[in-house]
Amino acid sequence: MKYLDEFRDGETAQRLAREIRQTATRTWSIMEVCGGQTHSIVRNGLDQLLEGAVEMIHGPGCPVCVTPLELIDKALAIASQPGVIFCSFGDMLRVPGSDKDLFRIKAEGGDIRVVYSPLDALQIARQNSERQVVFFGIGFETTAPANAMAVHQAKQQGIANFSMLVSHVLVPPAIEAIMSSPTCRVQAFLAAGHVCSVMGYWQYYPLVERYRVPIVITGFEPLDLLEGIRRAVHLLEAGTPQVDNAYERAVCFEGNQPAQKLLSEVFEVADRKWRGIGEIPRSGWRLSDPYREFDAEQRFSVANITTKESPLCHSGEVLQGNLKPNECPGFGKECTPRHPLGATMVSTEGACAAYYNYGRFVAVESIH
Amino acid sequence: MSKHEKPDFSQWSCPLPLRDYPTIVIGHGGGGKLSGELIEHIFVPAFRNTTLEVMADSSVLHRPAGRLAFSTDSYVVQPLFFPGGSIGDLAVHGTVNDLSMSGATPLYLSAGFILEEGFPLAQLAAIVDRMGAAARAAGVQIVTGDTKVVEKGHGDGCYINTSGIGVIADDIHIDPTRARPGDVVLLSGTIGDHGMAIMSVREGLEFETIIESDSAALNGMVASLLKFAPHVHVLRDPTRGGLASSLNEIAAQSKVGILIEDRKLPVLPDVQSACELLGMDPVYVPNEGKLVAIVDPSVADAVLATLRAHEYGKNAAIIGTVTGQHIGMLAAKTVVGGTRIIPMQIGEQIPRIC
Amino acid sequence: MCLAVPGQVKEIYGSMGTQMGRVNFGGIVKEVCLAYLPDIKVGDYTIVHVGFAIAKVDEESAHRTLDAFREMGLLDEEFGEPE
Repeated sequence: MKYLDEFRDGETAQRLAREIRQTATRTWSIMEVCGGQTHSIVRNGLDQLLEGAVEMIHGPGCPVCVTPLELIDKALAIASQPGVIFCSFGDMLRVPGSDKDLFRIKAEGGDIRVVYSPLDALQIARQNSERQVVFFGIGFETTAPANAMAVHQAKQQGIANFSMLVSHVLVPPAIEAIMSSPTCRVQAFLAAGHVCSVMGYWQYYPLVERYRVPIVITGFEPLDLLEGIRRAVHLLEAGTPQVDNAYERAVCFEGNQPAQKLLSEVFEVADRKWRGIGEIPRSGWRLSDPYREFDAEQRFSVANITTKESPLCHSGEVLQGNLKPNECPGFGKECTPRHPLGATMVSTEGACAAYYNYGRFVAVESIH
Repeated sequence: MSKHEKPDFSQWSCPLPLRDYPTIVIGHGGGGKLSGELIEHIFVPAFRNTTLEVMADSSVLHRPAGRLAFSTDSYVVQPLFFPGGSIGDLAVHGTVNDLSMSGATPLYLSAGFILEEGFPLAQLAAIVDRMGAAARAAGVQIVTGDTKVVEKGHGDGCYINTSGIGVIADDIHIDPTRARPGDVVLLSGTIGDHGMAIMSVREGLEFETIIESDSAALNGMVASLLKFAPHVHVLRDPTRGGLASSLNEIAAQSKVGILIEDRKLPVLPDVQSACELLGMDPVYVPNEGKLVAIVDPSVADAVLATLRAHEYGKNAAIIGTVTGQHIGMLAAKTVVGGTRIIPMQIGEQIPRIC
Repeated sequence: MCLAVPGQVKEIYGSMGTQMGRVNFGGIVKEVCLAYLPDIKVGDYTIVHVGFAIAKVDEESAHRTLDAFREMGLLDEEFGEPE
């Protein structure tokens, strides 16, 4: 595919990695915030090319992983109600709530449908006007414009049987939460390219100013990631923390203005809980007053459901790079990819799941 | 009807009116007159063979020399007709292939149908037609069968179970425990075609060129590989769970590690694009007409040439090796020169956004 | 997060007051909401996430990046590689 394949070339990747290794005078700890970038790093084995020069810390940027247990339980409660059609991106189906996941609810008779786009859920609502259709609106700033459009169209077109369970989280407050932690050992951040496609990257200047940590806007293909890391290492070596954009073909300073306009109309900033981290002030979006009628939490009276995370799970510290996954007491025992307790074990590229798979690999490698 | 043609139900006409019912009714599974008509007018003409035509309670088969291979599988694919095939040919190919992977020559199949009330007879006839054609093409006979009808809403139109019997020559020993360090891993062609053909219909993806299922009987290909016995150690058809599951299973059962190379995996460009779009990895996407062969390195090139000479093996490739390291695990050398672990997939692969 | 794929716009049309279009992703064509890129034209490349075009690909910049990678390779060859 054009603008994808060119950024996967093996030889160029080797060359970029070599340059990074030659530039680094010590091992730098760099966090990629976005789960999509983590996926690409693990899928391509990029971190292995950088051994000794860069330690990649996998950040909290997977909306599936950071959706709090409480919200999953709310989703399960809504999806179990008779007459409800519950629509979700495929990613969320396997994420465990307190005692079930959406697959289980489906098996028990819930009408759960995987959709590719929130507009598909809206279409289902149009076609089933006698039933309640709920869309699980998860995601970071990248996904928010799509969800905003669905709610906006529902209001415009009077699709009253549609509602959304909103769990939107924002990247900059999460980065700040990590930076401001006294134990933070992240020395540079790769900011999520597609989040910046929507929001621009002006927000990162004050963060760099305050915390003196470089932030490089980075894409998702192997060469994009290596280029982002290369620039971060250069900034670290030079001791000049700056914002740099290594994903120019898809990101501009001010971001996508029409999208931001609708976002500010449909959503308002709110405090959000993050699975494994806890509440981060002003780190999410909820529906704004004019759109509140489409809030599934209100419509289905699940706002009062509260759930505690497992006390065994230390994923918050793993996410901040303070704890190696295998140093967590539950790792590989109570907590496995099949029965994940926390965010980082849920998705296959979460730090703990990746460590679980790769750790087994390294362990057997060294025995034989 | 050729394999790739879309079914045209308007062209189908029943040789005799089936009591004027255009759809399946409960009585078709009742064992009475309606059941008999279904057998007489739909199943027997499509499957035609002398064993079936005896119409006894059980089929009496000649016992061939060698050991027997026995396998069963049920087919619940949706949609029932998809680009490149239907549930009918799939039900034949799947069981024929399962038998073939132990080095057996498939001989006989059974066919069990579970039909939902209201299922159009024209569709059933088209499915059964294709089943018959697939069986003839693969050189196997469908010698016994059964039909049950479930109430409307209790089935998904049509489910099929096929069981099969094959025979294995006494000197053939092919099974998933026999991979040895140093062995070469071959794949008979592009991966992900079947899964993506199905997925494209379900997800409403339009393609410039249609992605077709690779559904095919592999017994011919396997027969041509048997001349390399005993150097062919393992054969496997990577169906559900894709290549990743098959190789993980072999690694576990043979107590070896398997290392493949990402850039050697044959994937059609459109299948690759569809995987990008849906967030899937082709190694997990099902195939219905491909095999993995794990062979002694001394015959690897000759096996590759043999695979490539076969009509279903044109894109065959050597994709990796068996190693004594990382026992029980599958790993891949990535395009950029790193290594990744390819774990077993936990559940069904579904489109993802992140 | 945010699986987003580049594709080329083949067709632009309005549907219930929203700008929609058909986008070709390496041989696969899918309907995409183009409302957030009011100036997009047929033939442009765009980055699509969950059925929404969120950014126009700056093709010039893409080529610049690739050229820079290529130059890095030429430098390698010129100075040799100590490794």
